[in-house]
Amino acid sequence: MTTITAETSAPARPRKLVGAGRRQWIGLLYVAPAVALVTVFFIIPLGMTAWMSLHNWPLMGEHSYVGLDNYWAILRDTRFWNALRFTGWYTLVVTIAIFAVAFPLAIFIERPRALTNVYRTAFFMPAVIGFASASLLWSWLLNVDSGLFSPAVYDLGLTEKKFNLLATFQPAFWSIIAMVVWKVAGFTMIILMTGLQSIPSELQEAAMIDGAGPFARFRAITLPLMRRTLALALILSVAGSILAFDQFYIILRGGPRNQTLTAVYWIFNQSFVSFKLGYGAALSMILLLILVVLSLVQLWLLRKPEGVD
Amino acid sequence: MAQARSRSSRIRLGIAEHATGIIASLLFLAPIVWTVLSAFKPSQEARLPPLPPWPTSGFSVENYGTLNTFGDGLWLPAQNSIYVSVMTVVFSVIVSVLAGYGFSRFRFPFKDMLFVIILSTIMIPFQSILTPIFLVLTKVGLHNTLTGLVFVYVTLQLPFSIFMMRNAFDAVPREIEEAARMDGANNVTMLLQVMLPLVWPGIVTIALFAFLGAWNEFLAALVLMTDQSKFTLPIMMTALQSGRFGAIDWGAVQAGVTVMMVPCLILFLALQRFYIRGLMAGAVK
Repeated sequence: MTTITAETSAPARPRKLVGAGRRQWIGLLYVAPAVALVTVFFIIPLGMTAWMSLHNWPLMGEHSYVGLDNYWAILRDTRFWNALRFTGWYTLVVTIAIFAVAFPLAIFIERPRALTNVYRTAFFMPAVIGFASASLLWSWLLNVDSGLFSPAVYDLGLTEKKFNLLATFQPAFWSIIAMVVWKVAGFTMIILMTGLQSIPSELQEAAMIDGAGPFARFRAITLPLMRRTLALALILSVAGSILAFDQFYIILRGGPRNQTLTAVYWIFNQSFVSFKLGYGAALSMILLLILVVLSLVQLWLLRKPEGVD
Repeated sequence: MAQARSRSSRIRLGIAEHATGIIASLLFLAPIVWTVLSAFKPSQEARLPPLPPWPTSGFSVENYGTLNTFGDGLWLPAQNSIYVSVMTVVFSVIVSVLAGYGFSRFRFPFKDMLFVIILSTIMIPFQSILTPIFLVLTKVGLHNTLTGLVFVYVTLQLPFSIFMMRNAFDAVPREIEEAARMDGANNVTMLLQVMLPLVWPGIVTIALFAFLGAWNEFLAALVLMTDQSKFTLPIMMTALQSGRFGAIDWGAVQAGVTVMMVPCLILFLALQRFYIRGLMAGAVK
């Protein structure tokens, strides 16, 4: 045995060293396409956003350097701040609503019983269809004449005439919340489920033997041990909501009376409807800053607990 | 006596649990089922509120026909969507398998830095760099082309899929590679014949995410595809639903939404294991 290994490895060693040196460099070739794509379609555009934000940049014609003018203009742009405030409110409400639905569902499907897999799949189905499909679907269900909700309520005799859910702010806003919860809760549920499953069942059993009730166990064991999962689900929901666009564009077109314009929607309007590309870039920088701060908070929340690998 | 009571209370609890499960499942499935069924109503009926959801005056595919009369028809945007999604899958798999292998098995200068840069792009919302992407595409002559859109989608997939593939390659024991190298396998045959069969679950996962991502993406396609003949399904359907082609035909909307949803649902049901795997990998790390 020993002689065979000695024989095969002895002549191989010098060759391997030379080959290894060259072979390692080849690694750069393997990652080159990815690096090229990320550079051309991410890093360069990112730099360009910063550069463009310092310019007056129309779609056609020459662009001119204006320094920080775009940023000063943002300070006076009340409609942008309104959009940002609305985005913040939406993010808060929708995140609470998603968790209020997803957490009980996660607890429900975490316990193995007959049909659990069927339930889990059913809850998750809306999460795999796109936001655009879901928005188109709900724009029909919410339609006052041909939809489901208003005519159904009218047919039941609960309203005197068909009530247009999308005509005023409050019902329109809560309709969107309902749609997003329907679409996203299954996704959040799966993330939370992975956290629940990682809690050792002996811990729960020991607490039960010590006489801790379900609520005490939830607070003392489940929540602390799920910190990282909770933080992840929270950040995904918050980041996704801050960037919300599809549902407000497709179902409400930012209405009624421009009250549901989100931050991304406002940037979209400035850049691709008004073609103020420089100003749009400055707005994008603000959005970017918000998301980067959020990511840093995420890294801090997701840090490994001390002393645990 | 006590035993009997606890047994009956357990059964009652079981019934309550399953009732909850079934009702909740119905709530989540209802909008999807409602749309798919309503799409099969004749045009006239599809305009009325969907009560009941199933066709009452005969089963019909009229709505799909109507959908086909708007703009460039149904087939062209469907073709565009299929092209963009399939190409995104092909390219993101090739690029991520190569990069995952490179990052997992080689040591080269700037390796860690490059990996961190690629991964950190996930923190930057692409919504904020769409204008420059538009200008870059114009510069390289891919403005308003489906191929340009594919490049953008592939780039958006890379952080997740390279992360997945690097982990997949990391999980392959080095002994397998060394044994193959003894047999004289070079880098390329090593990757194609030895490694690929071992990391294919990871490949299925990233392919699935790439397909769903490209098929469902809305904002980039809306901004970058200005020519109607380049519209993908979500853009074409939104144009239809906004009344761009005249009065809104809700039957056609139901049919279009069905066409957009069904491939996602089928793929998910067939490959659920891989989808959940991808979510877990993202959630745990």
